[in-house]
Amino acid sequence: MASPATSVREWLDERFPLDDLKALAQKKKVPVHRYSYWYFLGGMTLFLFGVQALTGALLLMYYRPGADEAFESVQFIMTQVQFGWLVRSVHSWSANLLVFMAFAHLFSVLFLRSYRKPRELTWVSGILLLFLMLGFGFSGYLLPWNTLSYFATKVGTEIPAQIPIIGRPVLLFLRGGEDITGSTLTRLYGFHIAILPAVATLLIGVHLALIQWFGMSVPPGVEAEWQARPEGRREIRFFPNFVLRELMAWYVALGLLGALAALFPWSLGVKADPFASAPAGIKPEWYFLSMFQTLKLIPAKLLGMDGEMLGILAFGVVGAAALLLPFLDREQPFNTRRWIPGLACVFLGYMTVMTVYGWMAK
Amino acid sequence: MAALLACSGLMAFAQTKNSCLDCHSNLPQPLGVSAETYSQNIHAQKGLTCAACHGGDASADDPEKAMSRAAGWKGKIEHKQIPELCASCHTDAERMKKYNPSLRVDQFQQYKTSVHGIKWAKGDSKVAVCTDCHGVHDLRAPSDPRSTVHPTNIATTCSHCHADAEYMKPYGIKTDQFANYEQSVHYDAMVVRGDLSAPTCTTCHGNHGATPPGVANVTAVCSNCHVFQAQLFGSSPHEDAFAAMGFPGCVTCHSNHAIKHPTDEMIGTGPKAVCMNCHTEGDAGSVQAEAMHDQLTELAAAITSSDELLGRAERQGMEVNQAKLQAAQARDALLKARVTVHAFRDSELKRDTDAGLAVTRQTHAAGEKAMEEWKFRRVGLGLSVMAIAIALVGLGLYIRNLEQK
Repeated sequence: MASPATSVREWLDERFPLDDLKALAQKKKVPVHRYSYWYFLGGMTLFLFGVQALTGALLLMYYRPGADEAFESVQFIMTQVQFGWLVRSVHSWSANLLVFMAFAHLFSVLFLRSYRKPRELTWVSGILLLFLMLGFGFSGYLLPWNTLSYFATKVGTEIPAQIPIIGRPVLLFLRGGEDITGSTLTRLYGFHIAILPAVATLLIGVHLALIQWFGMSVPPGVEAEWQARPEGRREIRFFPNFVLRELMAWYVALGLLGALAALFPWSLGVKADPFASAPAGIKPEWYFLSMFQTLKLIPAKLLGMDGEMLGILAFGVVGAAALLLPFLDREQPFNTRRWIPGLACVFLGYMTVMTVYGWMAK
Repeated sequence: MAALLACSGLMAFAQTKNSCLDCHSNLPQPLGVSAETYSQNIHAQKGLTCAACHGGDASADDPEKAMSRAAGWKGKIEHKQIPELCASCHTDAERMKKYNPSLRVDQFQQYKTSVHGIKWAKGDSKVAVCTDCHGVHDLRAPSDPRSTVHPTNIATTCSHCHADAEYMKPYGIKTDQFANYEQSVHYDAMVVRGDLSAPTCTTCHGNHGATPPGVANVTAVCSNCHVFQAQLFGSSPHEDAFAAMGFPGCVTCHSNHAIKHPTDEMIGTGPKAVCMNCHTEGDAGSVQAEAMHDQLTELAAAITSSDELLGRAERQGMEVNQAKLQAAQARDALLKARVTVHAFRDSELKRDTDAGLAVTRQTHAAGEKAMEEWKFRRVGLGLSVMAIAIALVGLGLYIRNLEQK
C-alpha cells in the first residue's frame, strides 16, 4: 500500500503538471564563471519584494489611512500589536534594501552588458520595475504621517510642478488638491497598496518569464573565452543547486533584516502638523538624495532657462536613456568596447557623490 | 477744487521744509545735527521741523530770518524747561490725535508725581527730564528697537544715572540696581531671550511716574504678572506675618533687582533655603518648609528618573512617544506645585505633587516595559541569528554533498 505522501503526489500528478515543471527546472542551467555571484542580486531583489508584500499585508490589518488616524495607527502597531514593531521595522528596512538591491542589480546587468539582444525586453521590464520601486518608496513614505514624511512629500510633489504645462496638473493629481492633506494620504495609500503592487506583480511575472525563456546571460568577455576554450565552460543546474545557493543568500538577507529591525527599529518620529513650519534641513529618502542635491546645486537660471526645470528635464532624459539603453548599444555581442559601462561608471560615481553630499549637507 | 488741492500740497511742502539742517548738519557738536540723525527722529518723520521745539522759521533760507527772535526762535532749550516744552504738545489731546490717536497725554501729569518730577519742581537740575530718557535729536518711537526707551534698552538707559555712584551721591540711594538686574531672571528673559513681556525697570517702578514701590505695594506690583503666586500668598500665613514685621512681601524671599531663577532649594531647611532667614530649626514653620521641600524634590527626582529611562528606551529605538507625552503632565504638575508653594501649606502642595507622582509612576512603568521589550528583542535576535546560521551551515553541507555525488 502506498504511503499517504505518495498518494497525495499521485493525486496531484493527475491534476497538475508537477513533474513537467520539475523537469523544466532541472533542465535549466546556470553558467558558472568569475562573475556568477552577480546572478544572486536579482533573486535577492525578488526576495525583498516578497518580504514587502508579506509585511505590507500584515501592516494593512491595523493601518488606518487618514490625517487623524494614520500616525496613531502606526503608533499602535509599534507599541500594542504583538510583533507589530518587528513587522513595521522589517517593512521599512526591507524597502530601503530593496531599492538598494534593485540599483545594484541594474548596475550589475549594465556592467556585464546582459541587456544585449535578445534580452532587451528583460532590461526594459527591469527598468520599469525600478521606477515602480521608487514609486513604492515615495508613496509609502507619507503613510506614517510624521513631520519628516509630510514635508518631504511636500517638497517632492513640488518638484514635478516645475514642468511646463503638465506640472501643475501633476501636482494636483499627486496631492489630490493644493496642499498635502488627508486626500494626499489616501491617494498615495491607494497607489501604494493597490495600483503599484498590481502593476509590479504583472511586470515581475513578465521579467521572470523572460529570464526563464532566455536563461542567464553570459558576459561577452567570458563568452569569448568559452568559445576559444570550450572545455572551460561550466554550468550548474538551476534546481536544486542554484536555488539552494540563492536560498542561502535569502537567509543571510533575512538575518540582516531581523538584526536591523531589532537593533535599529524604524523611528516613528513626531506626528505631522500642517500648520508648523518645516524642520530645518529637510531631506528626502537616500535614493532621491542625488536628484535632490542636483536640483539644489543647479543655478536658478541656466542657459536662459529655469534651472530647476532644466534639472527635471535632465532626469527625464537619463530615465529615457536608461530605458532605451539596449537599443542604443548596437555593438556585436563579443565586441567589448566599453563606452556604455564607462558612462555607467561615471553616472554611478556621480550618484554616490551627490548622495553623500546631500546626506552631509545642512 | 484742483487749485485748492494744489495749494494745500504746496503748503504742506512749505511746512516740512527744514532749512535749519542746511547749516547745522555741517556744524561741529554740540550744534551739529546730521540730516541722517534727524531723519530717524519720530518728530521729523511726522513732519515736524526743528522750529517745533526751538521756534523760529524753518522755512526761511536766510539764517537771520530763520533764527529771528521775532519769529519766536528760542535757541538752546534749558534742561529745566524741557518737561514743560514737551508737555506743550504732549498734553494736548486734540493735537496728539493727529499724529497718534492711541498716544497718552498724561505723561507730564505722571511726571509731576514721580520722584524725578518732584525734585525737578523743586529746581533740581540733575534729575531726569524727558530728553534724558527719550533722547533729543535722534528721538525714536519706543517701539523702535534702537530707541533708548525700547523695553530691551530701558534698563541701560536708567543705569546711565542710577549706576553712576558719583552722580547719584547727593541722593543717597544705592547704585547697584542695574548690576543686580543683570543677574536676574527678568534680565535673562528680556535681554537674552528677547521676551518683551518680561519686566524691566519701568514695569515695576512706572515710567513717567517713576517711583520706588513702597513696602506695602511690592506684592501688588509683582502680582501684575505673578497672579496666582500673589493670590496664594494672600491666603497664606505669611501675608499677615510679613505685614506685622514690615517685610516687603515677595522681595523678602526673592530680593528685588537680583531676582534669581527660583529653585526647590530655596524652600526647606538647607543652606540655600530662605525660610531659615526667619524660622529656626524645629519650629512649626521649618517642619512645614522641610516637608514642602521633600515633596517638590521627590516629584522632580521622579520626573528626572522617568525622563532618563524613557530617553534611554528611545535611544535604543523603542517607541515611547505616548509615555513622553504623558510625562508632560507630570512636569505640569511640578510647575503647578512650585506655584502652590506660595500658599505655604504642605497639605495643599501634596495634592499637586501626588498628582505628578501618579503620572511618573505610569511613565516609569512604560519606560521599564520598553526596556524589557528591548532586552527581549535582543534575545530574540540572538536566537534568530543562531537558527539562521544553523540553516546556512546545513544548506552549505547539503549543497556540498549534492555536488560531490
